[in-house]
Amino acid sequence: MNELEQQNMAEQEDTLKGKYLTFYIEDDCYAIAIKYVTEIIGVQPITEVPELPEYIRGIINLRGKIIPIMDVRLRFKKPFLEYTDRTCVIIVEMNDIDMGLVVDRVAEVLYIPDEDIAPPPEISKGHNRYIQGIGKVGEDVKLILDCNKILTDDEIEQLAQL
Amino acid sequence: MAEDFMDESMLEIFLFETEQNIEQLENIVLISEKANTYSEESIREIFRIMHTIKGSAAMMMLNNLSTLAHRMEDLFYFLREAKPHNVDYSALSDLILDGIDFIKSELEKLQTGGKADGDAAALNDKIQNFLAQLKEENAAAVESAASKEVSPVAEKKIIQSRQKDDGLSGFEAIIHFEDGCEMENIRAFSVIHNLQEKKLAQEIYYEPEDLLDSDASIETIRKNGFKVIVYTDKSFEEMQQFFLDTLFLQELEFRRLETAENTESSEEKAKAAGIETAERDKQQSAPKEQEKYATGATAAQSMISVHVAKLDKLMDLVGELVIAEAMVTQNPDLAGLELPSFQQAARQLHKITNEIQETVMSVRMVPLTTTFLKMQRIVRDMGKKLNKEVKLQLIGEETEVDKNVIEHLSDPLMHLIRNAIDHGIETAEERVQKGKPVAGTIILEAKHAGSFVLVIVKDDGRGLDKDKILQKARRQDLLTKPEAEYTDKEIYSLIFLPGFSTNEKVTEYSGRGVGMDVVVKNLEAIGGTVFVDSQKDQGTVFTLKIPLTLSIIEGMNINVGKARFTIPVTSIRESVRLAKNKLVKDPDGNEMIMVRGECYPIIRLHEFYALPTEVTDLAEGIFVMVEHDDKRLCLFADEILGQQEVVVKSLPNYLQKHHKIRGIGGCTLLGDGSISLILDIGGFMQN
Repeated sequence: MNELEQQNMAEQEDTLKGKYLTFYIEDDCYAIAIKYVTEIIGVQPITEVPELPEYIRGIINLRGKIIPIMDVRLRFKKPFLEYTDRTCVIIVEMNDIDMGLVVDRVAEVLYIPDEDIAPPPEISKGHNRYIQGIGKVGEDVKLILDCNKILTDDEIEQLAQL
Repeated sequence: MAEDFMDESMLEIFLFETEQNIEQLENIVLISEKANTYSEESIREIFRIMHTIKGSAAMMMLNNLSTLAHRMEDLFYFLREAKPHNVDYSALSDLILDGIDFIKSELEKLQTGGKADGDAAALNDKIQNFLAQLKEENAAAVESAASKEVSPVAEKKIIQSRQKDDGLSGFEAIIHFEDGCEMENIRAFSVIHNLQEKKLAQEIYYEPEDLLDSDASIETIRKNGFKVIVYTDKSFEEMQQFFLDTLFLQELEFRRLETAENTESSEEKAKAAGIETAERDKQQSAPKEQEKYATGATAAQSMISVHVAKLDKLMDLVGELVIAEAMVTQNPDLAGLELPSFQQAARQLHKITNEIQETVMSVRMVPLTTTFLKMQRIVRDMGKKLNKEVKLQLIGEETEVDKNVIEHLSDPLMHLIRNAIDHGIETAEERVQKGKPVAGTIILEAKHAGSFVLVIVKDDGRGLDKDKILQKARRQDLLTKPEAEYTDKEIYSLIFLPGFSTNEKVTEYSGRGVGMDVVVKNLEAIGGTVFVDSQKDQGTVFTLKIPLTLSIIEGMNINVGKARFTIPVTSIRESVRLAKNKLVKDPDGNEMIMVRGECYPIIRLHEFYALPTEVTDLAEGIFVMVEHDDKRLCLFADEILGQQEVVVKSLPNYLQKHHKIRGIGGCTLLGDGSISLILDIGGFMQN
């Protein structure tokens, strides 16, 4: 099965290339490469797990699979917003790590060609370090997230806390 | 790319099937070797296995394997057909086992992603030589076998030359199979096989001869039918009935072979009747076939092999089913409604889902048989090499454990058995001197003990030498207290320490310095432990205690505030309420509880994990006393929710990699779909 999936992935790679799922946190529009996205679900009851950073809300049971849930708002140090029925969880998978990302609302899937993506500005403050690039779509600007950093970039944070 | 995928999954199937075949083959050989003869049945079986391997290896383009299998097949073809008397069975066994080893090593290469590039030429030659020698020595037998093989021309002669007075009557049957039933040659072969199996006929001749060896036979059968001549003491009706029972039979011509005269009329009759009954039989054939499959199925046919990933998936789905069921039957919309018939239906559903869950879990359980049988080979090989006569006795090999556990058990067992033969069992002379039977005995036993399985390896060798162990431990600096304080058991347990190996000289089989600690490590990986006991000149007993399964445990559910935890029942000693005056506080403020005169430290789960709860008064909640490695402590929780079997799921990768949580070993889904965290008692002890 795995081989098949991988192979499908490889085949899909081309069709997925350049496609991004956009979502909103407050009024900012973020984009995430669609190849990492497995599915989008509504908010489910979350089981809290002790001793985790605040932005990891806990774990959920998604059809028998246990998936940790990260609140992207809290990850970006924004105030917590009560979950509503518009709140969405984007399930992403990367390097064998599954994660559900809680976002305010999901917008649409966009095609952003590589030439329309500019590197992020050279300010390493705030949450810019999660931004991989800035995509231009018409007049709008989408912040393209670096999935890998969101999932694994903890050391810097922990150092900062010390 | 699609082809790549095909190849890979085919390779997997090939590996799996061939491995199974090889295992079976090995068993037959070992059993035959012990009996020092190869029964006709085992020769046929080996021939069949080699034939299968040859075919599938050729399909996978593994020429070296298929050639080797072909040579062996040739050899056994000869044994099967010529039934020679002068056979050096021990050389034969060695030869086959060599072949098995070669195939095994090639399979291993394939498994690790390599190419099967081994060269079996030397082995092939050896087999050929053996066959040639065999043919020479049994020339007479060959001749008689050759004369037995009947060609169509010879057939007439048989009929004519047969003596009339042996009491056997001859029948000729021509079987036509249904169009498009395929594999006519195999169906025909099964007819012959059945004849032999049921001992219906004393002599059997058939045409075409080369049923399984050439595909041309299929064509011949399609065109001319399959012709069988039998000589038997059974009656005409009995034999006719037998042939009419053939699967996929379209038409049967059946007649008595009268010696010479008066045949015509009866033949006609029989033919007419045969067709009539054949027609009738055809109508009945559907239920009959089923019956056959149901009753005639051998053990091999009633098994199918399934990929473990599929079982895991099934298990997940069942988990979901349970949750979905709870969501329906405990739906808030139903609250306050009187629904007797709904409740009844819901109970029925609950019963069924429970049963499905149990069944799926039991599917993952496999008997230890294959693992145990593997050891036979090791005992044989080592016994031969070291010139020690050793018998392996298996007890309770049908005991079932989880698939994952079995995979981890093979290596430690192999290690223990090797050790037992190499160090434990004495040489023949030594044994005679001690008044023991010449042949050493190793008993490999498995039995259930609660939620654990005990696997016991027992030998009747010289036993462990306490002085030697102590001396060695002293040299390796492994002793932690004065020698005099060590009990016998503690001394024996020293051999499990890393870097300990008592044998002075390194042999092929053991004594490389990586000793028993490998066994311990392997067992720890599956949550098992090992004990040793020994008596001088009586032998040594190793007891491996392993959990039945890794994925299902009996758990006690507790809650703290809104959070729920599951404690493995195996680590719970008891649960207690705080009695008056039993709370002890040391100067540092550490709380302890006194139970029957002993003090145990308290861990308040709500404080440990900073969970909000209303139960903070020790008198209100409950203490669960847990044990790990002989250390005990009491966990303080709000209340106990109940005990149930839970499916252990590992924590998500993200949590394992980036945020290790103290004292939590995994999680599980409760009946209502909520998640409970499984406590790892060992994790608490470290704090």
